[in-house]
Amino acid sequence: MATKKKEPALLRRAVVKKILAKRGDAAVVTGIGNAIHDVFAAGDDDRNMYLSGIMGGASMVAFGVALAQPRRRVIVITGDGELLAGIGSLATIGVEKPKNLSIVVIDNQAYGATGNQHTHTARGVDLVGIAKASGFERAEQVSKASELDGMIDAIYRGDGPYFAVVKVSTRSGPRGDAPKDGTLLARRFRAAVAGE
Amino acid sequence: MARKPASWHWSQDVHKIFRDIGIRQVAYVPDGGLARLIELCDRDRTMRSVVLTTEEEGVAQVAGAWLGGQRAAFLTQSGGVGNCINMLSMMEECRIPMFSMVSMRGEWGETYPWQIPMGQATVGALQTAGVIVHHVDEAERVPETVAAAAKLAFDGMRAVAVIVGQRISQSGGRG
Amino acid sequence: MARKPADWSADVFRILKEEGVRQVAYVPDAGHTRLIKACRAERSMTAVPLTTEEEGVALLAGAWLGGEPGALLMQSSGVGNIVNMLGVARECRFPLLILVTMRGEWGEFNPWQMPMGQATETVLDAAGVIVQRADDPGRVAETARSAAAMAFEGGRMVAVLIGQRVIGFKDWSK
Repeated sequence: MATKKKEPALLRRAVVKKILAKRGDAAVVTGIGNAIHDVFAAGDDDRNMYLSGIMGGASMVAFGVALAQPRRRVIVITGDGELLAGIGSLATIGVEKPKNLSIVVIDNQAYGATGNQHTHTARGVDLVGIAKASGFERAEQVSKASELDGMIDAIYRGDGPYFAVVKVSTRSGPRGDAPKDGTLLARRFRAAVAGE
Repeated sequence: MARKPASWHWSQDVHKIFRDIGIRQVAYVPDGGLARLIELCDRDRTMRSVVLTTEEEGVAQVAGAWLGGQRAAFLTQSGGVGNCINMLSMMEECRIPMFSMVSMRGEWGETYPWQIPMGQATVGALQTAGVIVHHVDEAERVPETVAAAAKLAFDGMRAVAVIVGQRISQSGGRG
Repeated sequence: MARKPADWSADVFRILKEEGVRQVAYVPDAGHTRLIKACRAERSMTAVPLTTEEEGVALLAGAWLGGEPGALLMQSSGVGNIVNMLGVARECRFPLLILVTMRGEWGEFNPWQMPMGQATETVLDAAGVIVQRADDPGRVAETARSAAAMAFEGGRMVAVLIGQRVIGFKDWSK
């Protein structure tokens, strides 16, 4: 059974808002669940692709974009449960080393959409360790507000792939009405990011 | 159909089609039936080939490639189709084109019984997931099938799979 | 529209216990919350949370090889992740009991759930799994009992699809 640890102090909506305030022309791909609402709450943008399905697929969708758009930063904002469902992607991306891809895991150690059951990160699985062992040279965990600025700098600067885990509270916050029509989202993203 | 020289392999023509239509990303799980095509793509500097740990990564990558403005091809063995079904829902939900080639196991002359359940379910699973299937089991017809399927995918905006029959690869004897 | 989670969970739990289920593999899911909780609290069962559903098919193949009946609990979207792995159960004729809570049908609000929800039954059928549906809360338990019998005594792969009408859906992230 999981041991109850101290609840992390960082709040996910605020963390993501702070990250995206510096986005510039970056493209953002979200994982399913609360990450959508984090990114939407920070401000809707044509360069946001909200994935309301395909659990486990966010990192590879972003990788495909990163290869196609080598001069643009591509940021994944996803949850720990979503990342775990496609954990092999870290090995694939670690091998390929896309310079312009940053993966940010908002880790609340729970499946927030289904009732806050523990994920494996609540029981000791170390995502940063997995990323490092998969070939990510830059990977770190952040749990304090004072560490955010350094992480945000790393997301947007230097050669990727970069991987960050932000330990956050299970408290999420109000949610807006993020668009979920996939055909619309895909086409507005492509027009904004690829000019097609 | 004009007779092909003995050294001819369908992979050469398919690779040329990939170049002609501007395939820039090739995502694959290594496979015997598609080995020669994979080799040609690996060596081609105009294409970025990516080895996957599991096939569902390929579906996601191909979706991302299109979102980013590039054409991609996804190559897999029929066994891998069973790993992609949920991921394929993105193609239907977002109407994203997908061009894929599936090398069949578990059909023509298969001698490895564990391949048969997934091989027999491959076409049904793809169709249920909304993928248009072109089955080809003559080597000479692979290139034209690929060309047609790629048009259907990229111009017709559909998810399409070219099923390369086991009769072509004759790989039934290997585990 | 979200109806109160009915007592079907308690009945299904009792059936799993009576059938001698010892390993319960699951991906956390709102519809299965009560059943998962009961299985986790039951000392005769080992309940294993998974990162992805295909791990569960492999785990239960091992459970059966090791002499323990098991059950896999998951949501319909997960069905799209297990099709290749089901080939093992089919090839070796392992019994397999799967309880699937449906999404992408009755009153669904997330369009991304629709493709997989609508394909669930056909995909299972194509993979050789016998499908039994329960769209009435009062019939979930008897359907689960029938499925368990076909799985463990009939030596088949059987899935019970618990309709979205039974579960309703509460969005926990709200």
